[in-house]
Amino acid sequence: MAREPVVGILAIQGDFEAHASALSRLGARSVRVRRDRDLDAVDAIVLPGGETTTIAKGLERVGLYDALETFARSGRPVLGTCAGAVLLAREVENHPVRSLGLIDAVAVRNAYGSQVDSFSVTADGELENLRCIFIRAPQLRRPGPDLEVLARVDGWPVLVRQKNVVAATFHPELTDDTRVHSLLLDSIPAR
Amino acid sequence: MTDGNSNGSSRVTSESFEIKVGLAEMMKGGVIMDVTKPDEAKIAEDSGATAVMALERVPSDIRKDGGVARMCSIEVIEGIQKTVSIPVMAKVRIGHFLEARVLDAAGVDFIDESEVLTPADGEHHVDKHEFRSPFVCGARNLGEALRRIAEGAAMIRTKGEAGSGNIVEAVRHLRQVMGDIRRLTAVLPEELPTCAKELGAPVELVRKVAEAGRLPVPNFAAGGIATPADAALCMALGAEAVFVGSGVFKSEDPAARARAIVRATTHWDEPDEVLAASRGLAGAMPGIEMESLQEHERLANRGW
Repeated sequence: MAREPVVGILAIQGDFEAHASALSRLGARSVRVRRDRDLDAVDAIVLPGGETTTIAKGLERVGLYDALETFARSGRPVLGTCAGAVLLAREVENHPVRSLGLIDAVAVRNAYGSQVDSFSVTADGELENLRCIFIRAPQLRRPGPDLEVLARVDGWPVLVRQKNVVAATFHPELTDDTRVHSLLLDSIPAR
Repeated sequence: MTDGNSNGSSRVTSESFEIKVGLAEMMKGGVIMDVTKPDEAKIAEDSGATAVMALERVPSDIRKDGGVARMCSIEVIEGIQKTVSIPVMAKVRIGHFLEARVLDAAGVDFIDESEVLTPADGEHHVDKHEFRSPFVCGARNLGEALRRIAEGAAMIRTKGEAGSGNIVEAVRHLRQVMGDIRRLTAVLPEELPTCAKELGAPVELVRKVAEAGRLPVPNFAAGGIATPADAALCMALGAEAVFVGSGVFKSEDPAARARAIVRATTHWDEPDEVLAASRGLAGAMPGIEMESLQEHERLANRGW
């Protein structure tokens, strides 16, 4: 029997409520995820923005790393923004934390500097007029051959996709533009 | 504020209010800890803090030692910036826009215009719009919060009573702000100008709060948090994150207590987790009864 898809949002720390609002503007239902058992009930997962170190330590404490990796490897859609994108990378170069290795690129944390270097700008790519807010943002460097770059800023990839996994180094959840969240919802298989 | 980009669109820099509030959003659900030196900052980061607040003395020492409390030394701030990857905040005296310019030039991630330091201006707060760094300010009620937001604050923290180790004022101020917001949502639109007059706040911001049922910026709690349960209590009362001042480094086991407060803040709505976080801790910081404080010893009364 068909049912409404449910999106899980990792709720260890960060702007998980902003993601819930973005998803609700698209008519999607979301629930918070803090335990591996929470993943059983969701069709897709969002790893939100926040403080990477804090979220990584929380994931270790609740033992969610392996469950998230299994969830993603099963083919279900994943979206990570900013800190979430760092956690999806194959490696974290500076201030390393454990990452999930689902995006074939190296994450460089705080690549633009401190908050006084944060900015917003329109990206180059298929999604026209995609305004991106970068907050102490990371960069994804040395991308592998399977990584599809959907948007760039100053030549750097800022929105990428690898199979079922989408990563943004900016914060689509902080603008009214829901197209990045639509990428996630549109890849949930009908059931 | 803007310059050209490769594709011809304009780039908006960090003076933008949206970008300032953006960093505040990223700190939700977290714990911001007061630190006075780089090795304390490292302990805070290792415990899972979302940011550290650099200051010369923690509030309970300011209270004990007396004298004028000023902005932290630049060497200490720079030492902390070099040591941790999480955001570094620092405090300036109320109205001291030159201390604020120094911190802005030093590239700190957030400036706290704080009643914990000795006020530099008895009447005026800093005009916070012009800065690249975002500002957080204390408030005891909705009117005070909206006055600070009108001046450019991108985050509000309820004041509580810093350095007291007593949660009662934090609870009072949180209940006041949340209650003020709830009451506004029940008011008829034509009554809002009178509410604005009574709150002493701009009517445009009052209208925004009445429509949204929340502050236009994140609302955190501070002042008196000493235990994991204190932090969880603030979250349960509607705070979106917490500041812990003397509560970590004036306790008997800073690293363990810091980890426990982070855990209780994440899982504030799961009593089993707050229980686990509360287990096995050595002594908390000593606390102060509010009745034993003279009016002039109450830091929350500084600022308007």
